[in-house]
Amino acid sequence: MSRIPAARVAPAPSAAEPRRRRGFIRTYLTPKQAIPGRARLFLAVGSFVVILGVWWLLATLIQNTAGALSALFVPTPYQVVVTWWDMMVNLGFYNDVGWSTFRIVAGFLLAAVAAVPLGLLMGSFEAVRSFFNPPINAIRYMPASAFIPLLILLQGLGEDEKITIIWIGVFFQLVLMVMDIAHRVPDEMLNVAYTLGASRWTVFYKVFLPATFPEVVDALRITMGWAWTYLIVAELVAAEHGIGSFILIAERYLRADRIIAAIITIGILGLITDTLFAIVHRLAFPYVEKVRA
Amino acid sequence: MSEIEIADVAMRFRARHGDVTALERISLTVPDGQFACIVGPSGCGKSTLLMIAAGLITPTEGEVRVNGKPTFEPGADRGMVFQSYSLYPWLSVRRNIEFGPEIKKIPSAERRKASTELIHLMKLDGFADAYPKALSGGMKQRAAIARALAGDPEVLLMDEPFGALDAQTRQIMQELLTDIWQRYRKTVLFVTHDIDEAIFLGDVIYVMTSRPGRIRTTLAVDIPRPRTFETLSGPRFAELRNQVVGTIHEESLKAVESELARA
Repeated sequence: MSRIPAARVAPAPSAAEPRRRRGFIRTYLTPKQAIPGRARLFLAVGSFVVILGVWWLLATLIQNTAGALSALFVPTPYQVVVTWWDMMVNLGFYNDVGWSTFRIVAGFLLAAVAAVPLGLLMGSFEAVRSFFNPPINAIRYMPASAFIPLLILLQGLGEDEKITIIWIGVFFQLVLMVMDIAHRVPDEMLNVAYTLGASRWTVFYKVFLPATFPEVVDALRITMGWAWTYLIVAELVAAEHGIGSFILIAERYLRADRIIAAIITIGILGLITDTLFAIVHRLAFPYVEKVRA
Repeated sequence: MSEIEIADVAMRFRARHGDVTALERISLTVPDGQFACIVGPSGCGKSTLLMIAAGLITPTEGEVRVNGKPTFEPGADRGMVFQSYSLYPWLSVRRNIEFGPEIKKIPSAERRKASTELIHLMKLDGFADAYPKALSGGMKQRAAIARALAGDPEVLLMDEPFGALDAQTRQIMQELLTDIWQRYRKTVLFVTHDIDEAIFLGDVIYVMTSRPGRIRTTLAVDIPRPRTFETLSGPRFAELRNQVVGTIHEESLKAVESELARA
């Protein structure tokens, strides 16, 4: 009985054949070179692990050297999770989250409803742009938070004051972003439609508007993030409810753990809205060439 | 009959140091079913002339007439194809092609029949429902030409349509365009800086001078049709080519000299 050596079946690579180089440096340190998908996931998860790990380590060290009371000022991630649960169950924090979310949605929607149409008109008609651009550009440099005392005088401490702050913070930025988007629509796209017999109105709603939509949604997504900043500032100054006022009260009681839990809550809410925008973008505009993550 | 006439068209722009004459008194007529090419050095205003023909720019003087009637606005009688394809990214290939008929409120069954035929003719079978992002440059331009043809214009205006394509694709597209033109016999005004392209496609070539843009010579291309890949290596092709190259070279030199004189 003869045995066939394995080497005959699969010949070993000869020394003369140049070897494919797959070194670590070549894979990970070539500029602009894509890395393996598994490595990307590992690094993304790893960043959170590192942050939490360092936080946990430092907090534990400080608590061990400075005594138990310091747990209030420098809590570990676990203690923050416990605090967060306590806030939700015993302190009605969900109520504050609800109020803040309502203000954000209301202020943001009112700003978007005004800014998107005006921005589109400014981007397409030079007459409209010449009229609105100078004042909007000037107001854009006035920080929305500086308006808070004035608005408290004019509107009081109610919901309309918070919503106005968000509106001011979002509207003036968004309108200029939308204007730029509209302005960048290639002339040739419109000209082709004219040479196919389209009227001005047809060109406007069948070519110009759809050409701007994907980027407008991108602009909404970016300004939504800013809306949170303005809301929290407004709530920190004066508010009965809301995440900002919860943070202020926590500060009075020296509860750093509650402040941290509240801030992380805002981060998670932001992440959720951002993901929603990304999903809407992907579903509504499947034709866009580069889909951003 | 569908004829386009450019009558005494002049174009001047107001610049910081007085007026700049981009086009000076240009007159030409493209009779029904003719394929006319405009060749010239870059910056000679040939694209401006085409935009004027389309009604997208108003000339300082003169007018454009389609079938004898003066026109001052763009319209479906003059379809245009741009170098940058400018397909609508949010519409499928089929809906891009049906854009013109849709505006004209042509019934959807009829639209679909026409677009199906054009998709087949333009070798886009299988891509009818794809978005433009899935198409190569050559396919995008074929779709853009199909869109212009679907509008059933009297005159087809083409502004360096193959300028962004690689040499191999360009040759294929030129062959496809002559085939299509033989089939539809549209009146075409085609702008290019590629001399070979102009000779291969055109019945007549207008050679333009630069600054101010003017028509320097008109050349009838007497190479019989149908023209194929072999046309390019024929003796008549080479003769005509030398003639045009000589003229354009002279003009390009003049342009450089005048730039130097100004500096």
